[in-house]
Amino acid sequence: MSSLTARVITGSLSQIGSMILYIFLGIIIFEVVVYLVLGKIFKSKYTIPYMLLAPAAVGLALLVIYPMAYEVRLAFTNMSLRYFRNYNLSLVQGLKNFTLIFTEPVLKQLKFFPLLSRTILWTVINLIFHVSGGLVLAILLNRHMRGRGIYRTLLVFPWAIPQIVAVLAWRGEFHFEYGFINVMLQRIGLQPIQWMIDPFWNFTAACITNIWLGIPFMMIIILGGLQSIPAEFYDAAEIDGASNWQQFNSITLPMLRPILTPAVILGTIWTFNNFNVPYMINRYELETSDILVTALFRAAFEYNRYGFSAAFALVILFILFIFTLTYIRVTGGIKGVYE
Amino acid sequence: MSGKIKAERRKISYLFRRKARGDSPFKRFLIHVALILACIIAVYPVLRVVSVSLRPGDRLLSTSLALIPDDASMQSYYKIIFEKDFLLWLWNSLCITMTTAFIGLILAATSAYAFSRWKFPGRIPGLLFLLTTQMIPAAMLIVPIYVLAVQLNLINSYRGLALAYSVSSIPFSIWILKGYYDTIPRELEEAAKIDGASQMSTFYKIILPLSTPALAIVFLFNFMMAWNDWILARIMLQREKIFTWPLGIWTLAGQFRVEWGTFTAASILVAVPVMILFLYSSKWLISGLTAGAVKG
Repeated sequence: MSSLTARVITGSLSQIGSMILYIFLGIIIFEVVVYLVLGKIFKSKYTIPYMLLAPAAVGLALLVIYPMAYEVRLAFTNMSLRYFRNYNLSLVQGLKNFTLIFTEPVLKQLKFFPLLSRTILWTVINLIFHVSGGLVLAILLNRHMRGRGIYRTLLVFPWAIPQIVAVLAWRGEFHFEYGFINVMLQRIGLQPIQWMIDPFWNFTAACITNIWLGIPFMMIIILGGLQSIPAEFYDAAEIDGASNWQQFNSITLPMLRPILTPAVILGTIWTFNNFNVPYMINRYELETSDILVTALFRAAFEYNRYGFSAAFALVILFILFIFTLTYIRVTGGIKGVYE
Repeated sequence: MSGKIKAERRKISYLFRRKARGDSPFKRFLIHVALILACIIAVYPVLRVVSVSLRPGDRLLSTSLALIPDDASMQSYYKIIFEKDFLLWLWNSLCITMTTAFIGLILAATSAYAFSRWKFPGRIPGLLFLLTTQMIPAAMLIVPIYVLAVQLNLINSYRGLALAYSVSSIPFSIWILKGYYDTIPRELEEAAKIDGASQMSTFYKIILPLSTPALAIVFLFNFMMAWNDWILARIMLQREKIFTWPLGIWTLAGQFRVEWGTFTAASILVAVPVMILFLYSSKWLISGLTAGAVKG
């Protein structure tokens, strides 16, 4: 209680109050300008929608487009903690940054291509377990039975708990002496595992945590999909003498596709960019457990190489961009946007 | 309305029953066993946190697997509330998160209306742009955001973080709200227009009240996103007095010395309200997610 004093509370309230006041003043002035320019000078019939959009557009321009452009600029500098104000900006420096990414270690020893392949491995392992685990649980849950609601609520726990809490708690459970996994292993007479020091087991620990965290989302999405499949399909299949496996293969899976495809793409992007799990589980900062995003964070904020990290971020973004484009090509993805 | 829903429900439960009749008792038993196992795996780590938080201070580290320790005590809870900065962290989080959620909601609600009701030039590029910004993870922009925040003197203040959060959630909010507005019939607005209402007053008096569920979902989404974020807070806040709770909890579970008691007690205190809110609202959250996804 000691630190949350009345002075602190009034201080923060006045900070927020003044901020909101400035934002609203800014919005009003800006709206008036938009109104005068579009409505009075150009007499546009779209004055109202543009006025509605203007604040959000300015916000996005200032906080997404401008940082993005600034990142490109940073990628061509040698900015670091040492050269924070007096960095130099040149094409040569930019080319140097981009070649460094592929030729020299990104952190201390870790090179780019092993890092990329580990990130892909991480994404694939997690996604396979998320989808198959979610599918199995959803199929088990998709029937009339006692305790269905309770099962569903309990199974959603990993998704409901704040991620930081869950990940830090799991990190504790990978403790060599006191974590429950090692305690249980010892009780059944096996050797305890060096989760935090051994590179392979540390990566496995991160995978276990993330699989535990990710299954409920897939389960709920797939359960929604299963419930929209009419039972008549299965009745008809049964009359025709189809086995369970045949029913699953030719009714359930194809009917789930429209729901599964966006869930998988979302899952891929989330897992590829998952920061909390690999960063937090990796207590001793083993470079062998880093994926692209955590390596980027370390390069920027532990090695303080801002220019280099900006170039690195652009490379990662490029990979993501290629992935998304391929996805849109393959699935004919975003037609719904236009309607 | 409710009669129709009831009939629908009866039909659904009938369908379930019909399916379940096919399962032999043995198969049903196996299914229950499998589900109970899965539930234990899902819940056990959470229960462990509860059990550690109840241990008295001198026995925090122990190999016991008992869920409720023999000599359970509230020591750790007392310590986290009265001796640590925990309440301050919660307060900081609350300030930043509420500001974020409100600003984000207002900006998204108005822009989504423009996207839903007018075919202005630049509409489709705008929607596509919103979609692409969602593909850019926040982690990719941390370097420029950090450098800019240092240069604009926004480090260690609520302002920088609240602005960053509220904007980063706008694209998603606009998509959800636009999808919802699209389902409100235009006839309502036309009728109001004939009665002499202006475009903006129909928006405030008809569209916004009708969209309360969607607005609530968006508010909740923005709130949760900012409430649980760690990485942006980590680079923007460096003084311990202005930490948000994820940063605070992270320092408790420090790199080399973990304060198990206070860490677990703080985790429980934060997680319980969030989990209740999540479980209570999960039905709407999911329907909002899928509605947005299906409508495109």
